[in-house]
Amino acid sequence: MTYESNKAIDANSITIDGETVPFDAGQTIMDAALAAKIHIPHLCHYPGLTPAGNCRLCMVEMNGESVAACVTQAQSGQQVSSNTPELNAARLAITQMLFVEGNHICPSCEKSGNCRLQAMGYYLGMLEEHFHQFNPRREIDASHSTVLLDRDRCILCDLCVRASRDIDKKNVFAIAGRGIHARLVVNTASGKLGDSNIEENDLAAKICPVGAILIRERSFDSPVGERIYDRRSISDTALTEHVPEKEVDRG
Amino acid sequence: MTDSKSTESAATGTRRIAIDPITRIEGHGKITLMLDSDNHIQEARLHIVEFRGFEKFIQGRPYWEVPFFVQRLCGICPVSHQLAAAKAVDQLAGIEQLTPTATKLRRLLHFGQILQSHALHFFHLSSPDFLFGFGSDPMRRNIAGVLEKYPDIAMQGIKMRKYGQQIIEAITGKRIHGTGTLPGGMNRQLSQTWRDALLADIEDILEWSENALRLNEQIHTEHPEQADFAMFHSNYLSLVDNTGALEFYHGGLRACDSGGTPIFDHQDYCDYRQILREEVRAWSYMKFPYLQQLGNERGWYRVGPLARVNNCDAITTPLAEAARRRFKAFGGEGPVHNTLAYHWARMIEVLHCAESIQRLLHENEITGTDLTAEKGDRRQQGIGVIEAPRGTLFHDYTVNDEGIITKANLIVSTTSNNQAMNESIRSVANRYLDGREITEALLNHLEVAVRAYDPCLSCATHALGKMPLQVELLDATGTLVHRLVKQGGGGN
Repeated sequence: MTYESNKAIDANSITIDGETVPFDAGQTIMDAALAAKIHIPHLCHYPGLTPAGNCRLCMVEMNGESVAACVTQAQSGQQVSSNTPELNAARLAITQMLFVEGNHICPSCEKSGNCRLQAMGYYLGMLEEHFHQFNPRREIDASHSTVLLDRDRCILCDLCVRASRDIDKKNVFAIAGRGIHARLVVNTASGKLGDSNIEENDLAAKICPVGAILIRERSFDSPVGERIYDRRSISDTALTEHVPEKEVDRG
Repeated sequence: MTDSKSTESAATGTRRIAIDPITRIEGHGKITLMLDSDNHIQEARLHIVEFRGFEKFIQGRPYWEVPFFVQRLCGICPVSHQLAAAKAVDQLAGIEQLTPTATKLRRLLHFGQILQSHALHFFHLSSPDFLFGFGSDPMRRNIAGVLEKYPDIAMQGIKMRKYGQQIIEAITGKRIHGTGTLPGGMNRQLSQTWRDALLADIEDILEWSENALRLNEQIHTEHPEQADFAMFHSNYLSLVDNTGALEFYHGGLRACDSGGTPIFDHQDYCDYRQILREEVRAWSYMKFPYLQQLGNERGWYRVGPLARVNNCDAITTPLAEAARRRFKAFGGEGPVHNTLAYHWARMIEVLHCAESIQRLLHENEITGTDLTAEKGDRRQQGIGVIEAPRGTLFHDYTVNDEGIITKANLIVSTTSNNQAMNESIRSVANRYLDGREITEALLNHLEVAVRAYDPCLSCATHALGKMPLQVELLDATGTLVHRLVKQGGGGN
């Protein structure tokens, strides 16, 4: 079942921050919110891919319970709070933790201006990282001729894993390890991207929200002022994101 | 503004004077003076006690990222670092020739960068010394004082800097730390709107550049007593174009001795390792480069505006060329060795930038859309050399088969002037300090000598932290006699 198939009008509705929002059977709170053009902050959710509930930015209060909007089914009568100072403070702390867990050097990162993590930081009013830097030592994988994997910037959102498995049907990536030891790995005997069958036009090569998976040698080809988040807020762009139909068809 | 405080040690008889904050240099340094038992200067040193290590931490990064990584070395001349790295990246990507539009855009960007950097240095940082005097009231000896007493001069300087920054913004999207260069080209065309806006102001910039040049000519011709301030003979190194003319973006290396005789000429900068060496000394994080041919004792040289204007045979724009001829006449047709003539040469270059900007903006190709060249076979080593505002800048990168940087060597302009700045301090200390007590006015004399080079100590040492400028006076036994410290936010 694809996202697009859930178009039938259902009389059911929920409220999000006091606003009545209709939903279709099978939709999550996130689905209903996006359909109603309401932004619930998220990084690991991408319509068209199976929700994973990894990043926890979309945590909302639902009838007094904290739930992740992207993986919680909408049910009639739910009263959802999302845009509250408490929840946004928690989202800010999560975003700050994502920054300090990796090595996110925005000034020299070619994803800067097109990066959803950076845009989320701006959206949430993040002025500093607050927590101590982990300064992890992570391996960069430049073995592939057209795709670069820079684990320094990986936030373990799992989008590349799902895109490669469910859309590209190549199953190139996986998350290995648990907790603080979790890491993005490549499903080849060598563990090297160069030995995988990923191609630069694959969804998995393009969907990374940060600068962890990059097309090589395209550095800074988007001029300052013309990058995605130079012109629009992530609260705006996130409302229209969806895996392109041709990719879904391909899957 | 400067505050000072003095502390004395009854036990050792030493006195420590602190002046806070540091002003009017880019970065942080320390000066030590060694005295013999008669309080005569034995040794004077400029220490750069900072460390940043860019060469180390760009190892392991993909090569195409480097221009934007290394431009963060500096907030004054990031464009210089971006362009030097971009030239190296062009080589790494196997690109021989940029498109005409990309070449002109990079040149325009570079002229804008030099214009704004030189304007900042002369008007904001150095003009107070000349307009008020080296030993004048430090409360007034700053850009705010210039604005109050000489508002026209100060405003012209501020607007000239703004104009240079607008050129940078037009091409890179931001006035500081924008993007722009790509392997083999540029990432966007210059809009007609920007071109028209820049052309609308260029006549003013030309006029103000001539005014600034005139002021500097007067400083030298009407104040001959300053001629021997930090004066000494040296070798000079710079790029020149294939005709021997002044060149900032791309050319061959020329070194001349103190008589103006070439030591080498039109040397391919990719062979710089054969002609330059770097010496490490224990007391400074800044290396001491020298010309291999002459050895480390005699092979040190000066770079920057004085070297470039001394070394070149001509300047390709008429007003600047006329100014160069007057400069040469002042030097008796040989090299001008006056350290303060750095300022004069700097303003000749400002005029050349203004003329060149006007010329480039009138060319049709400057708004062209053919921005990138086809890549060729990737190479293992890329070397980019340009003339940054402060002098010849070398970026040298080695990559592995996967395009990851394995080695980097940067010889930053100020590094090349390391020995010369030490010589200047020694000269000033001998003349003004010998046998005397340190005063704020003396401290500023030392600073004036260093300031002439427009040093960017953060660039040169890749510094981390904020170290103050200090002057320490040691007696023959190495005991601290006096120490003057200027603390503060620094200029970078």
